Amino acid sequence: VSEIGTEIGWSREALAARAAQDVPDGSYVNLGIGIPMMIPSRIPVDREVWFHTENGILGLGGVPAPDEIDLDVTNAGKEYATVVPGASIFDSSLSFAIVRGGHLDIAVLGGMEATPSGDLANWTAPGRTPGVGGAMDLVSGAKQVWVVMDHTDRRGRSKLMRRCTLPLTGARCVDRIYTALGVFRPAGSHFDCLELAPGVSEAVVREMTDAEVAFDLAPAEEPS
Amino acid sequence: VGHVELELVPPGPLAARMRAAGAGIPAFYTPTGAGTDLATGNYPARYDSDGNVVEWLAPKDVRVFGGKPCVLEEALHVDFALVKAHQADRLGNAAFRLGSRNFNPSAAMAADVTFLEAQNIVDVGDIAPDAVHLPGIFVQHVIMSTGGWVGTPNAPGASW
Repeated sequence: VSEIGTEIGWSREALAARAAQDVPDGSYVNLGIGIPMMIPSRIPVDREVWFHTENGILGLGGVPAPDEIDLDVTNAGKEYATVVPGASIFDSSLSFAIVRGGHLDIAVLGGMEATPSGDLANWTAPGRTPGVGGAMDLVSGAKQVWVVMDHTDRRGRSKLMRRCTLPLTGARCVDRIYTALGVFRPAGSHFDCLELAPGVSEAVVREMTDAEVAFDLAPAEEPS
Repeated sequence: VGHVELELVPPGPLAARMRAAGAGIPAFYTPTGAGTDLATGNYPARYDSDGNVVEWLAPKDVRVFGGKPCVLEEALHVDFALVKAHQADRLGNAAFRLGSRNFNPSAAMAADVTFLEAQNIVDVGDIAPDAVHLPGIFVQHVIMSTGGWVGTPNAPGASW
């Protein structure tokens, strides 16, 4: 699928790697479906990071080899997964206690729309079968909420909006956004751009972003 | 053709509401869903056969605790629960395997009648007390599984 916004800047793989770079050693992290699921294999090898999945695993590993598939081990997206040494297993009630109780350091979610005030919409859109997943719990409980998503939707419309047009998953909950074009932080009235992806100019970001973006915090562009 | 009335519930409140039902907690406040259409009631609960909305979700009570808006969620009692365990004894004491525990204990707690399908039925005492994940007090019927899963179990310890 060719989407405007993924043709320039970071590829999906590079985007996942860029977000992985910011996950601190020792973190407990929950990953949403989509690009966030590509993060674990891109965590720098010298860091110990624990992945939590809503269905009751702390210490989720990567994708199993075909002969290692265990029907009792899946991630929250119902894909086969593995557990790492040191993992623990519990029921959904305790799993969401971990989420709601504020014990997770970071939730990395996909997104449909996000705003400078930190609102996030990612659970339903017209014409889609509504599926309210763990995101509503995660945005209210995790210490930090990161959104990793394409910068624009399939029709080329900005996903960094002045205000959400889709039903909210959570209000004022987003701490950071990673898109193909750069790293952004909701700053109330605008997004602060913290970093531009290689080859991406401020003008391109302005053109492809509905909300206001400030660039004072972004390191200067390297001359190409 | 039958009809259902649907209430969309995020999985956290779903687990908590079922557990609350079984734990004698009639309702609780939680931040999950605050400010969303599921809390304000701006979401359909029922459509007619032409797809017109005939009933909306009831708006949830909101209170602020520690600066955080929280919605009132009520316990979710159910008549029947169908759960699956790896091992169970005739008392209903059950042990689940790896990630298959998920909603099973909460569902069993919430139900008037719980049917537990066990892949292995073992003698009373074979599951060590420390290893019982769901005490038999929450289980009314234990059924020996006859299989029927899709896929090939390869993992050591899996018995299908």
